[in-house]
Amino acid sequence: MPVARVVVDVMLKPEILDPQGQAVQRALPRLGFEGIADVRQGKRFELEVEGEVDQAALDRIHKMAETFLANTVIEDFTVKVEA
Amino acid sequence: MTTRIGVVTFPGTLDDRDSLRAVRLAGAEPVSLWHRDKDLHQVDAVVLAGGFSYGDYLRAGAISRFSPVMETITEQARAGMPVLGICNGFQVLTEAHLLPGAMLRNNHLHFICRDQKLRVENAQTAWTGDYEQGQEISVPLKNMDGRYVADERTLDELEAEGRVAFRYVDMNPNGSLRDIAGITNAEGNVVGLMPHPEHAVEPLIGTGRTDGLPFFTSVLKKLVSA
Repeated sequence: MPVARVVVDVMLKPEILDPQGQAVQRALPRLGFEGIADVRQGKRFELEVEGEVDQAALDRIHKMAETFLANTVIEDFTVKVEA
Repeated sequence: MTTRIGVVTFPGTLDDRDSLRAVRLAGAEPVSLWHRDKDLHQVDAVVLAGGFSYGDYLRAGAISRFSPVMETITEQARAGMPVLGICNGFQVLTEAHLLPGAMLRNNHLHFICRDQKLRVENAQTAWTGDYEQGQEISVPLKNMDGRYVADERTLDELEAEGRVAFRYVDMNPNGSLRDIAGITNAEGNVVGLMPHPEHAVEPLIGTGRTDGLPFFTSVLKKLVSA
């Protein structure tokens, strides 16, 4: 059965403080990486989907991301099919 | 008839035993509830205890929210059953949308464990009736994901409706917006807070004080008088 990969990226909303991203950003100059003004850390889910990734499948994944993978009170997400 | 108060155990729950003991010390009958069981075994109220349910792997409390026991608890909470979420339990209640907002990693990224002073901002909820309005109490606090956030509109609404149930006093341990330590739903039957009243119910342990016991006596009184 063909398996397609769908990627769900989850990021904290821009207005929500991201102390993890800030900790990474503060560490960069110490390591010699200059010029990075800001870092925000997110989550990436790679879903191996059985069968065809048609609109119905994408709709289901969107629903899954909205109810479970992301908490839309604090996070935004995107869904994309990887070639 | 004895009042029965259930305490849910998810895989990763740590404070269920202390919560059961707190229920017993308050004079109610403690009932252990299992996360895979939809049946609440005729309990009159439920405590969601602290810990790291399902390892908190996705987000704190996110996976528990979909457990069979939570389906029934969500339904019953909406029908008026008293539910108290402590720490991880608070996180589960926000994930289940029984309480607004969300819980995030502490702003300093450290696990924190300390005696925490709180002010009781709402002594009218099912779980706070035995406190005085404005009373300051001290209970243990221990968490990694204790930063309460919500959008400005939700925060203003909580403030306007007196639904900020507890506020941190003297110091804000995790960056929670507006020093919020605990909130309640509009009906006052669902309460969530980060600090741990169940660890302050006997003089020999925790803070050496019993400032947490009124949570459990409050709900007992509320249920008996109902």
